Amino acid sequence: MNAAFFGLHGLDWIDLLQLTGHFALLSLLAVGGAITSASDMQRYLVVERGWIDPLEFNASIAIAQAAPGPNILFVALLGWSVAGPLGMVATMLGIMGPSSVLTFVVGRLRHARQDALPVRAFSVGLAPLTIGLLIATGWVLTLPSLDHPMALLLVPATVVFMLKTARSPLWMIAVGAVVGALGGA
Amino acid sequence: MPPVPTTDPELRHPRNKIELFRAFTWLALQGFGGVLAVAQRELVERLRWLNKEQFVELLSLSQVLPGPNIINLALMLGDRHFGWRGAAVAVGGLLAAPLVIVLALAALYAQFSSVPQVAGALRGMGAVAAGLVLSTAVKLAPTLRRSPMGLWPCVGMTLVSAAAIGWLRWPLAWVVLGLGGVGYAWAWYRLSPAKDSAP
Repeated sequence: MNAAFFGLHGLDWIDLLQLTGHFALLSLLAVGGAITSASDMQRYLVVERGWIDPLEFNASIAIAQAAPGPNILFVALLGWSVAGPLGMVATMLGIMGPSSVLTFVVGRLRHARQDALPVRAFSVGLAPLTIGLLIATGWVLTLPSLDHPMALLLVPATVVFMLKTARSPLWMIAVGAVVGALGGA
Repeated sequence: MPPVPTTDPELRHPRNKIELFRAFTWLALQGFGGVLAVAQRELVERLRWLNKEQFVELLSLSQVLPGPNIINLALMLGDRHFGWRGAAVAVGGLLAAPLVIVLALAALYAQFSSVPQVAGALRGMGAVAAGLVLSTAVKLAPTLRRSPMGLWPCVGMTLVSAAAIGWLRWPLAWVVLGLGGVGYAWAWYRLSPAKDSAP
């Protein structure tokens, strides 16, 4: 633990503000959960800014999926990979802030009506987008496996496992870890 | 939605913020790959802080709002019992312990990422993570068949948004505001009462 650890890791304060700003925008756009916006996080952090590499990105998501708790914590790991503790605060403040404030305000409107037309149109109209974003995120997470045939096979195998069995996804994550460690992936 | 009576004799209240924090910590630690299923069991069946109707009401509100559903639910539940401090305590309980675990795992990984087996294991887990996300999409896809928007507009919107984000790598803001706006307007049009009389 030293100053560098809690420092900016090569970023400047403007970068850090932009990082928070980008995740704050995603906070309001991530219909259907933060994972739907993971492909945009990848585009921003890996492609546009080059702060982390695709494998680091995937590792953050894999670790968060394997651990207990809300999946949103992959965002904390992404921030940590970019700029240590400060980076983590930046991404988590961004992704949690705006949506939490909105939820807080709406939660206090006791007569917020679920069946009102504007609310129903929102959930009906955005459903296809949510599914499209999940496909995009799945695709982006598959990219690093493209030149590793065994890893590539794990993707459809996991889909079949999740559709055909009622077992916990943890089993499949364990299988992925073993296959990968044995050099298959 | 009819107002749910708050004097339900079966229901209990969290005694204090410490109990609230502990309940959400316990709940989060049981939730591997999704906390929502555990939330129903804990909050409704075991703790009886909510009845089923209240849970569904909070959940559907959480789903319409941006942000993680479970976080939104905890936030509103905490707020109803102890105001904004309760909201912060509930969300804090949900995040604190899992965050420590995740950071410890990440540190462990960073320590050993140069070991080929560890790097391979993470690559394999990453591929599984991709499959998990895709399987969610596959599970949700059949709901489009019942969409008031019609099947083909839904399929078109799904494919265009997937290609725009995953393949063309357009920024999410453009796609959600553009395509999402079109979807919202189309859904509104199809749901509006005038439409019901002439199907």
